[in-house]
Amino acid sequence: MKRKLLSIVMASAMTLSLVACGGSSTNTATETASTEEKTEAPAAEEKTEEPAAEEKTEEPAAEDTTASSGKLIKVGIINNDPNESGYRTANDADLKARFTEENGYDASFAYSLKNDEQIAAAQTFIQDEVDYLLLSAADTAGWDSVLKDAQDAGIKVILFDRTIDADESLYEASIVSDMAKEGQTAVDWLAGQNLEQVNVIHLQGVMGSAAQQGRSGALNDKVAAEDNWNIVTQQTAEWNAENAQQIVQSVIDAGTKFNVIYAENDDMAKGAVAALDKANISHGVGKDVIVMGFDCNKWALEELLAQNWNYDGQCNPFQSSYIDEIIKTLESGGTLSEKTIIMDEKGFDAETITQEDVDNYGI
Amino acid sequence: MSKQINNNESFLKRLVGNQLFIPLIALILLAVINLINDPGFFKITLGTNNAGYPVFSGYLITILDYGSELGILAIGMTLVTAASGGQDISVGATIAIAGSAMLRILCGGTSRPTEIQAPIIVAFLVACVVGMLCGAFNGILVAVFKIQPMIATLILFTAGRSIAAWINNNELPIVPDPKFAYFGGFIPGIPIPTTVFIVIACIIVIALVLKFTNLGLYTQAVGINENSSRLNGINPTFIKFLTFVILGLCVAVAALIKVSRLSTINYSVIAKDIEMDAILAVALGGNALSGGKFNMWASILGAYVIQFLTTTLYKFNVSSDALAAYKAVVVILLVVFSAPKVREQMGQLGKKLGSSKKGVA
Repeated sequence: MKRKLLSIVMASAMTLSLVACGGSSTNTATETASTEEKTEAPAAEEKTEEPAAEEKTEEPAAEDTTASSGKLIKVGIINNDPNESGYRTANDADLKARFTEENGYDASFAYSLKNDEQIAAAQTFIQDEVDYLLLSAADTAGWDSVLKDAQDAGIKVILFDRTIDADESLYEASIVSDMAKEGQTAVDWLAGQNLEQVNVIHLQGVMGSAAQQGRSGALNDKVAAEDNWNIVTQQTAEWNAENAQQIVQSVIDAGTKFNVIYAENDDMAKGAVAALDKANISHGVGKDVIVMGFDCNKWALEELLAQNWNYDGQCNPFQSSYIDEIIKTLESGGTLSEKTIIMDEKGFDAETITQEDVDNYGI
Repeated sequence: MSKQINNNESFLKRLVGNQLFIPLIALILLAVINLINDPGFFKITLGTNNAGYPVFSGYLITILDYGSELGILAIGMTLVTAASGGQDISVGATIAIAGSAMLRILCGGTSRPTEIQAPIIVAFLVACVVGMLCGAFNGILVAVFKIQPMIATLILFTAGRSIAAWINNNELPIVPDPKFAYFGGFIPGIPIPTTVFIVIACIIVIALVLKFTNLGLYTQAVGINENSSRLNGINPTFIKFLTFVILGLCVAVAALIKVSRLSTINYSVIAKDIEMDAILAVALGGNALSGGKFNMWASILGAYVIQFLTTTLYKFNVSSDALAAYKAVVVILLVVFSAPKVREQMGQLGKKLGSSKKGVA
């Protein structure tokens, strides 16, 4: 009996400590990589200006509420859990830094990886009579009715990072990354290196994710078009450094020649480099193998700075300046020329990157 | 030995009946396929790494190297399977927890320390304690509360990676000390991967334990019939608990290798899906997943068969979308052939063939 009691106490202690552990990181689902989560920018970019113009008629009402709340613009921000990934952490920190009282905002934040919880948060914000609702939806579906409520209440909705399956008239603007463009920028950079032969080890992300499709597409097209571009091996390492290491190791063991590693995220590039190091293959600026990664993790940009890697493509988490601009435009009565705004995304070259870039763009 | 006279029929039967038969056949089959395709598969060359130290390289070395974690996990998983008649599906997540704890100690909670904050051995011991605590947690749920192992370990399977991220405040620390990379790489001057030595050490330890303690016997007894083993004075609760704790220790060693390979960690993908491979290794070894008798060496061999298969698939450059499907087909074949039922029938077939041959003669 005593022993049983003891074991129950021990077990409950374990459980409790687990619960305590879990407390600070609720909903941190096992995400594979920062970019996998991101949704693709809608292809259609020809947007009419009509909806935005219609909204103008509601301007006075919006200004009334801002005046009543001490000239601060009230924004409700619904985001995914910042613990989800490095991308999300950077994204959240950027929003928090932008929407402060000094910048004229009264911001409230709500986080969830679950769509229904996000919708509940949106309803709360509508009841609180915010002026703007900023939304990075967990799921693309199910937003119509709540966004209609928001429209009826005169609240303007701006989507960031992810698009949703809802009528375009329900939101003012959508600010997204274009994964295909990221891939194109990287491939253009590689083409600019003027290599005689381009023999690529292509490490793909989880198959079917938006980031994988966009970043693979550009390279595949180029390889099909150019005679001197070959893909030595094309494998999915599922965003995983260890898998990438094994794939590259396998190519090295086979004795196949290659001179470019095109990894669709930084982790996989890191794994590939570990395999190169083991086999004494030099990599980086002016060396045998060109290493390319994506996402601009800080540690990856430091590798660029040390010239161990050659290129890193950005997946921009800093949408707040775009949102800020849109709100300023709408507040001053202006209209937006485009509904879908695709962010500038840089590609960093190891030869030109500076410490400043690492500090500014590293996530 | 008196039966030695009894010709090759009993030898054949013994061979087919041996648990090592299936993993060995699989290994030989894979080896032959590779030999036909490209004899260079078995070439081992002595080269140098970037640090200028000599290292062996080649597919065989790669298999030995990358199969290590799986081999170590197979040891613990075999014991858990035998004693509890179920599997631990949380090993991947607990590798993340143990690895994260290790980095927390080494880097002191900062993501970019200039030097390690504690000796590696201390960090490893902490990881061992953490791994064993996770094992103990699973063990208590299974042994004391009689929850099905797969359900009990589902808790850590789900929560583990979040806990791992929380331990380091979601930072991704990088260990600055090059010595830390020795465990998953090479010790300067020694051309064989360190991981091989770690596995050998683990095998020696478990071999000694099985030889000089009653662990193996008691584990099988509990797995075969819990009640009768209790009547014979064995404490089934403790034995089950113990096997989970041992698995926790294996997890900590595997975590050391995993984290050391890249000197950093990625909570969401480290050791992803490794639990399934570990369970598969046990099944490939011909061990009944419902518990009872087990053969440790067959499981470890099974682990290397899986790695052999993975490396072979990479070598054949199977396209990304089809990789999982190919693996599944091979796995189905292997598992079906190692199923006790099929083996029994195969044994009978062998016997028949033997006797019919004799009849003809």
